[in-house]
Amino acid sequence: MIAYIIRRVLYAIPILIGVNILTFLLFFVVNSPDEMAYMFLGDKNTKQEQVEDWKKERGYHFPLFYNSEVEGVKKLTDTIFYTKSVRLFVFDFGRSDSGRDIGFDIRQRMWPSLAITVPQFIIGLLITITLALLIAFFRATYIDYWAVVICVALMSISSLFYIIGGQFIMGKILRVVPISGFESGIFGIKFLILPIAIGVLGGLGSGTRWYRTIFLEEINKDYVRTARAKGISEQMVLFHHVLRNALIPILTGVVVVLPALFIGSLITE
Amino acid sequence: MVAKPVFLTTDILIFGLLLFIIAFFIYASRKPHMIQPWRQVVRNKAGVISIMVLSVYVCIALLDSMHFHPRLVNQENQSAEVRYSGDVLSMFDQIVSKLRASTEKTYSAPFAAQLYAKETMQLPDGTKQRVYPRLSWGAAHLDDPETQKTTDIIKLGLAGALKAFIAVTLCIALLCFYLSVKAKKSLRTTVRFMFSDESDVPWATVFITFAIILLMLFAGAEWASKYHVLGTDKIGEDVLYQALKSIRTGVVIGALATLLTLPLAITLGIMAGYFRGWVDDVIQYIYTTLNSIPGVLLIAAAVLTLHVYINNHEEDFSSLTQRADLRLLFLCLILGLTSWTGLCRLLRAETLKLREVDFVQAASAFGVGPTQTIFRHVLPNVMHIVLITLVLEFSGLVMAEAVLSYINIGVDPTMNSWGNMINSARLQMAREPVVWWSLAASLFFMFTLVLFANLFADVVRDALDPRLVKQ
Repeated sequence: MIAYIIRRVLYAIPILIGVNILTFLLFFVVNSPDEMAYMFLGDKNTKQEQVEDWKKERGYHFPLFYNSEVEGVKKLTDTIFYTKSVRLFVFDFGRSDSGRDIGFDIRQRMWPSLAITVPQFIIGLLITITLALLIAFFRATYIDYWAVVICVALMSISSLFYIIGGQFIMGKILRVVPISGFESGIFGIKFLILPIAIGVLGGLGSGTRWYRTIFLEEINKDYVRTARAKGISEQMVLFHHVLRNALIPILTGVVVVLPALFIGSLITE
Repeated sequence: MVAKPVFLTTDILIFGLLLFIIAFFIYASRKPHMIQPWRQVVRNKAGVISIMVLSVYVCIALLDSMHFHPRLVNQENQSAEVRYSGDVLSMFDQIVSKLRASTEKTYSAPFAAQLYAKETMQLPDGTKQRVYPRLSWGAAHLDDPETQKTTDIIKLGLAGALKAFIAVTLCIALLCFYLSVKAKKSLRTTVRFMFSDESDVPWATVFITFAIILLMLFAGAEWASKYHVLGTDKIGEDVLYQALKSIRTGVVIGALATLLTLPLAITLGIMAGYFRGWVDDVIQYIYTTLNSIPGVLLIAAAVLTLHVYINNHEEDFSSLTQRADLRLLFLCLILGLTSWTGLCRLLRAETLKLREVDFVQAASAFGVGPTQTIFRHVLPNVMHIVLITLVLEFSGLVMAEAVLSYINIGVDPTMNSWGNMINSARLQMAREPVVWWSLAASLFFMFTLVLFANLFADVVRDALDPRLVKQ
């Protein structure tokens, strides 16, 4: 097991290198720094010297991969690729084009993002599992049928609607919570409630439907039949046997979603 | 010639796809094992309803994909050489030309007779007053909108309903007649059979859906000829027209995005699963790397790159429409690139399973080469996964377009799309009094498309997935 984990972690290294090279290609090769400078300084009336200055200020004046004008190791280190991309591996992000320290920005802005995504994830998971289990309890009845229809309908509503609608109703008509903004500490909660609620609602449809399928698959298995044959009540079967066993596939699926928490809920924010 | 046709890249692709689908069904109709799952789709009530609703959307999208330069009418000199306008219009524009031409000054509510903003007007007696001016086009045929409007709307609606009723009755009668002739039975037996449980297709559902669709179309057309059914936006454009034009964008993105990268996903997925070893490692590496970059960031980076490219190469594009079309195509490509990995993974897993199956082993034992094995034995057996993914991803892609346009990295701002509509509606919501119709219209049209695409996807999956086949 440990060998497996180590192997997987080692796999991450070539992948990180790949991501690094890919983003570098996207940002620097397709768009040469000259073009960036022209975009930044305005297209017309820009002299070549201004462009050179702009590039020097930000360290874009080196060649992309290979610098033939200097000697020794510097042939490789005095390049945009080395100064801008390779240093990312030691978490040295450098400064953005407008002069801000990117590393500091990431450290500072990570927390509000996580303050939304983590509670949203946990509350959403609890609610969807509960609902799915309830639907599974009423399986093959009208309640089940209509619950699935509602789930599909909820899935079909664009996340934009939840966001705009939520802001509009809660923030503007009812004036319960502020429309936007952020504050750290306990008072930040009033800013967080709405995005969390919106996030939970947005994921409700697909989540509930998916977990319902898992529960139904589990309900048809042999051990459930055995449990029923022994005379255990339906509630006991569902909440004791089925729930525990269904949690295995559910958790597997949930773990896959975890990295997405760090990306955050871009639009909601 | 009445008009000079223009073939945009997405037009060609979308009609190519249509031809391919038609060819597939003609081919499949002779093979019972291929057509059987689709019979099951048609037998399902949800399946039939969603096919009908989706085909309305697709028809509008197709009509909107036939572009041309309209011919300029030269009144004085009939014999002069034929000249064409620089504008690119579509068949659909031609059909709803009235909606396109009827612009107001600024916002007006659905079915309104007046503008939504007050203006200073000079009254006949010379005094000036701030009033809501009458619309130049909406409800312009009424003398006194306050008293006449409601009756007029009802009257137009009833006229539409009557037309729809006649059309529906005619169509149903013709269909019943055709089926009875085809089956060589009396009309009465055919009709009785159609509404019984033995019939393959749930005809009652089909007819009700058909009636509802026609009712909406006819009543909508009646109203739209006299009013702005969904109001107008800031620059006075009809919102209904915008929402209808957006259908093409949504359908094109939903259909083309997965399709464009399909060859890549199929080739790499099957190769990884079939050859294993280092081929598998390399391919897995490629898609894991692509997967590790957050989709939105990758899309944003790629789209921004395209912006710069377009800005630096403006002379390459002959018209705004062409530029917008290129952006749309590029967005499809990028969306496809971020989503092909999932399909690739599924295909790899399925191929891994298939290559151990007896008939594939037998083929190799007989000395059949890998290319032939893949094409004859593996590919046909993974096609259901490809189809299911295509249909399943459709709705997600339509919604993704809206989200991307909302943060300004989606389709061209000049192109009609639901995302762009929502994006501009965001500011209207903050306005006092609220302008809600633009948002409501785009969300309604998008919701309908996505909902029925989801329902359709479910039915297709149930029909095609061999694991779900009921004994």
